[in-house]
Amino acid sequence: MSVAKFKTSETVDFVVIGSGAAGGVMAKELSVAGFSVVVLEQGPYLTEQDFTHDEIKFAVYNRLTNDPKRQPIMYRKNENEKARPLKAIEYGRQVGGGSVHFTGNYWRLHESDFHERSLYGEIPGASFDDWPISYADLEPYYTKAEEELGISGLGGSNPFDAPRSKPYPLPPMPVKSSGVLFERGAKKLGLHPYPAPVAILSQPYGGRGACAHCGMCELFGCEMKAKSSTLVTVIPIAEKTGRCEIRPNSYVRKIEVDSSGRVSGAIYFDEHKREVFQKANAVVLCANGVESSRLLLMSKSKLFPQGLANSSGLVGKNLMWDNGTESCGLFEHPLNEFKSIQATRVIHDYYAADRKRGFYGGGGIDARFDFYPAGFARSALPDDVPSWGLEFKKAVGQYFTRTMTLLSHASSLPMESNGVSLDPDVKDDWGLPATRITFDWHPDDIANMKWLVEREREILDAAGATKIWSFPVEPPDVNVVPSRHLMGTCRMGNDPKRSVVDSYGNAHDVPNLFIVDGSNFVTAGRQQPTATIQALAYRAGEHIAKKAKTGELG
Amino acid sequence: MGLAAWTAIAAAQQHAHLAALSPDTTSFEFLDPATAREVVAIAAQIVPSDDGPGATEAGVVYFIDRALKTFASDAAASFREGIADLGVRRKKMFPGSKSFAALTREQQTELLKSMEKTPFFDWMRTATILAWLGPPEYGGNRNQVGWKYIGFDDAGFFEPPFGYYDKESK
Repeated sequence: MSVAKFKTSETVDFVVIGSGAAGGVMAKELSVAGFSVVVLEQGPYLTEQDFTHDEIKFAVYNRLTNDPKRQPIMYRKNENEKARPLKAIEYGRQVGGGSVHFTGNYWRLHESDFHERSLYGEIPGASFDDWPISYADLEPYYTKAEEELGISGLGGSNPFDAPRSKPYPLPPMPVKSSGVLFERGAKKLGLHPYPAPVAILSQPYGGRGACAHCGMCELFGCEMKAKSSTLVTVIPIAEKTGRCEIRPNSYVRKIEVDSSGRVSGAIYFDEHKREVFQKANAVVLCANGVESSRLLLMSKSKLFPQGLANSSGLVGKNLMWDNGTESCGLFEHPLNEFKSIQATRVIHDYYAADRKRGFYGGGGIDARFDFYPAGFARSALPDDVPSWGLEFKKAVGQYFTRTMTLLSHASSLPMESNGVSLDPDVKDDWGLPATRITFDWHPDDIANMKWLVEREREILDAAGATKIWSFPVEPPDVNVVPSRHLMGTCRMGNDPKRSVVDSYGNAHDVPNLFIVDGSNFVTAGRQQPTATIQALAYRAGEHIAKKAKTGELG
Repeated sequence: MGLAAWTAIAAAQQHAHLAALSPDTTSFEFLDPATAREVVAIAAQIVPSDDGPGATEAGVVYFIDRALKTFASDAAASFREGIADLGVRRKKMFPGSKSFAALTREQQTELLKSMEKTPFFDWMRTATILAWLGPPEYGGNRNQVGWKYIGFDDAGFFEPPFGYYDKESK
């Protein structure tokens, strides 16, 4: 069957906005269930031929993410500050979205993540809450995601993981030198290292070949389809149904509503910046934890004067950040960490929050190397190494193959004062209001990150590092590192006054509008949101298809 | 370094590819010969060649010439200002000197140390590193001298063991 091509005058069953981790899954679930689907993706349709090993293009200029020149991001710490242009957030901007250039880490949430508020109690200054679902509700969909997409890992190897109904479909990736050293150090301290679960094929799977260990995962697309992005897994299945059209270079500016308050389609700019209206019986918004809220806020109408689906006032609020800390260790012999995937060993010993620490938080720590040659020389060396000259050059030569890093993936508390809004002054290249990010760190997040840096250093020391250095936990108002994990801005819940969507992503205010992506998260877990975003998408997709079949979507 | 459109990067790569056909090229599109000599000398201070090939052998100046003409063209004006500032500082510090390239090595180091915190020096440092260790298609990292120096290999295919410690643990 040939790939579907719909006329914009036709009313399709579903418009899906965004084709990333969630949108790709949604396109597949709905088209396989028999519905006509148009996927509107703001970025281009690239393929593996486009994914070269060009560090300048992909790691310096980040060509697979939003370009702040065409789509300015404005940042301010709080509402009293004037926002300034700063690439505070980063998201994948092509068919497949962030699943194309992500590192591939694929962690399930823990059972405790779904009811941390009940376990831990109230936290001053935070809108800390329980999820409306439990791990058991999501477990079958984690399993489905792992099987359909192709995840490598070793079930049961992490003693802190929740129970699994099935093992991973693929064995873990081979351990790297960083993994061996990490295990050595962690075990000395009585910790429990385990093989990193990753969306990268350790063996051929589903018609795709195994990873060749080229080393270019993070920030790069995979040139051999071994990274299990939606681009090479579910999107081809959706297209094969003959019912799904992926429409790239289609930048949505408004979700339209009819006089009864139901959504009727989406207005977007095509690649020539011409406005097009695609009619649909229902809309599924999967544009990521920042862009989804921005689009809802831009979709104001008489019926929805404060933005679509926003009677709670919570659209765009509670943005949670990609918090992390990093320490490096230098070792005697070459590790050659530039080979193979970024991370092969992880610990979750410090994952759970513990009141005894005096602050809320926790983190998962992995052993990795996510530097490429020029990036390493530019910014990874310790402070006591000169930044240019012969000693600098010698250090780059000595350190590049002998360094590994420990990265803590840290908690991020939801706060109503943090979020996404429309900048009142600055416009993007299409004349739409620029994204404005307001974000400041909760004191507990900072305390937690400082604490995690110490844990990293202990492990590196126990592993035998001859030198250890850490990157500072940045003061919140300077040098913002772009957040790539965008969560919380359309949180799910049972109470329409305290949440935007129900647990299936159905907007409380609009019966035929669904919002399914990282924005649904109530709490941030310990980063690595992709597995949960995709499990939520599988769960919601099944539910939406069922509702549409029984005529409940109208 | 300014931000580039996808097409500009593609053009730079195409350009670099053509240039690679004649790797001994000594012609420039952006830099005049005198400025090119200053750039070579600055880059050689940032990544010297004492212990093996450095910025000079990597062809950093050709990368920078191409970058300023293509994907970093929006940095061209501030680059020119930076070169002019270098000249002003040089005349003040070393009256009677003819060019940065003609200073002694110690004098060059002293002058650059006085400029370490300027955006121009930061740009030159970044450009030199990208040229030294970036993809050779951009005109720098000639014969992969940068990658060879640090032990990086862009083979695109590796098999375990990858390094000393995973080999040792087998």
